Amino acid sequence: MHAITYDAPRSLEQALALLRQNGPAARVFCGGTDIIIQMRAGVRRPEHLIDAKGIPELRKLSFDAKKGLCLGAAVSCIEIFESALMRQHYPGLTEAAHLIGSLQIQARASVGGNLCNGSPAADSTPALIALGAVARIASARGERKVPVDQFVTAPGRTVLEPDELLVEVHVPAPVNHSADAYLRFIPRNEMDIAVVGVGAAVTLEGERCVAARIGLGAVAPTPLLADAASKALVGSKLDARAIERAAELAVSASSPIDDMRGTAEFRRHLVGVLTRRAVGLAVERARAC
Amino acid sequence: MTKKTLVETKLNGEVVEFLCEPRQSLLEVLRDELRLTGTKEGCLTGDCGACTVLVNGRSVCSCLMLGVEAAGAEIETVEGLAHGLELDPLQQKFLEEASLQCGICTPGVLMSAKALLARNPHPTEADVRYALAGNLCRCTGYDKIVRAVLEVAGQAR
Repeated sequence: MHAITYDAPRSLEQALALLRQNGPAARVFCGGTDIIIQMRAGVRRPEHLIDAKGIPELRKLSFDAKKGLCLGAAVSCIEIFESALMRQHYPGLTEAAHLIGSLQIQARASVGGNLCNGSPAADSTPALIALGAVARIASARGERKVPVDQFVTAPGRTVLEPDELLVEVHVPAPVNHSADAYLRFIPRNEMDIAVVGVGAAVTLEGERCVAARIGLGAVAPTPLLADAASKALVGSKLDARAIERAAELAVSASSPIDDMRGTAEFRRHLVGVLTRRAVGLAVERARAC
Repeated sequence: MTKKTLVETKLNGEVVEFLCEPRQSLLEVLRDELRLTGTKEGCLTGDCGACTVLVNGRSVCSCLMLGVEAAGAEIETVEGLAHGLELDPLQQKFLEEASLQCGICTPGVLMSAKALLARNPHPTEADVRYALAGNLCRCTGYDKIVRAVLEVAGQAR
């Protein structure tokens, strides 16, 4: 690996000053489970690494029944799935965090890092998209908010400017009879990268669906919101026909490639299957709460 | 050459200081600077788990952590398991059950099992298999490993 400098700022202010100073030559990291591999392979070559795990704002995991969830960018996957509040209120996002790599990876990797790495196949990003999560971004110039479905712009690229840092993602509070789910297909039980991942969140009023969002992973250059598929569910009674229609629209929204994990044709098939199942699971959960 | 950083950490219960370059992984520091070669280098991509050590009680891949990140942390490696000539119950049971052949994966497997039993003293077989999913073994198959971990848990009961 090439020579680097390392800083571990203890405040957001310090981190933003370092980023302003070093700009494009710097890269922020938390768990390092992507960047260290990428540096070793020569895929990314930052001169300065900024370790953001020690910044209090990035470590925050707080839930309020009215305000929703504030998930600091450095909160590890293990901290997420060991949180009873997360399991109760955001089971889909929790499942996604629990699917990323091994326990060794989950002890270090964060959902914020998963997002900033910008992989089309990131497990937690479709789950965040389904929940309507918004990223809070800071720089020495100020703050801005970007919906997670617009955060990743191309494989490995995000909206972050060189001097910017992801502070946290905010997820709206779950309302009554709403729930989420995340499912992915891999050829084995554990430890693989998604061939396809689908996140779904639905809100019910009586039998009728009043809100729905479907997020897709590994089927386009970026994780994406399947907008038409989501809208097709709203107003329906979430019967088999409505879910089938949403699954068809999710397939249309996807533009997968052939690679060693699967063919484009197989991926399109999986989008349909996983959309039906993820929506079905979210509906089952929403009816129960 | 890049300036080296002085890092103070707790390693197998003792405070140690070492010098390392920021680019060096914890694995490199353990093996090349501290000469603790029990921790093995496998894939260097976080897939195989041969380099598993405990950091603040959690199993992590030491190939995916920088040595400088160890500042202020508590690190446990396979060298810390035995007390003198007395093996850790996991090590003893691995010998009795022949849970290793070439032994490259063993230090990592032991550390993952150690982390599991510390948090969950009475795991099911599924718990053990899940906890060891990030440790690949290409020799014995996993049954003997899983059996040994379950037996240690049973003895503790």
